[in-house]
Amino acid sequence: MAKKPRVKVPKSAKKGEIIQVKTLFSHKMETGLRKDKKTGKLIPRKIINKFECLFNGKPVFSADIHPAVAANPYFAFNCRAEESGAFEFKWHEDGGKVITAKREMKVS
Amino acid sequence: MTESNKTAAMMERRDFLAVAGSGVIALMATAMVPGKAFAKPEDAAKLISEYTGGKTVQDGKVSLKLPQIAENGNTVPVTVMVDSPMTADNYVKKIHLVSEGNPTPYVVSFNLTPQSGKAEVSARMRMAKTQNVVAVAEMSDGSFFATKKQIKVTIGGCGG
Repeated sequence: MAKKPRVKVPKSAKKGEIIQVKTLFSHKMETGLRKDKKTGKLIPRKIINKFECLFNGKPVFSADIHPAVAANPYFAFNCRAEESGAFEFKWHEDGGKVITAKREMKVS
Repeated sequence: MTESNKTAAMMERRDFLAVAGSGVIALMATAMVPGKAFAKPEDAAKLISEYTGGKTVQDGKVSLKLPQIAENGNTVPVTVMVDSPMTADNYVKKIHLVSEGNPTPYVVSFNLTPQSGKAEVSARMRMAKTQNVVAVAEMSDGSFFATKKQIKVTIGGCGG
């Protein structure tokens, strides 16, 4: 199953402008508290435990995530546009898998 | 039945219902969250003091936007805003969201930088039942600010 993250970032911004970034990642965020209805066994936890946003390699925003974050984790946050470059987004899943996305932004 | 007999009967019935009722509720609670009780406000307070290192937490600067009633506890939108210039020498370093009524008090911790520009973050939480949510902000100067808001939940969001 392909998990393609959805990211909304303006293509361009003025220097000094504070822009909003919206991200949505498709993921069940299995809490580890649910029971399988057929077997009665606890379904093991599997969540995205960390989200990072970098711009031109420098950290802008990140989130340390626990099972109380809803399925399909959504984050909206802000960033001051200072120079042109690229955003890099990383979602870290329990077990070590990292899914990434990139977006470019022109700043004039 | 005489007045006093009726009262006695009512009281007996009420006691019976209270015992039976609490039993049912206890059963339901454990069914929802197998083998685990819900956290209490004391657990939230304990987590907050871990986040702050026991430092005094002040009122002000932080605002929490939450629906008054969450129709579905599985996905509750939340926005937290902290009043800060977000400059290199005066910015919000972290914002923690803490639950007083979920199985555990941890929800999410946001790490911000001066480049964040504005200390405003939105996310979606799972809320197991009606409870208080606490937002704690850690500033770059080491001070802490917090606010608390109640959310009513009609259908709990612990799944299964």
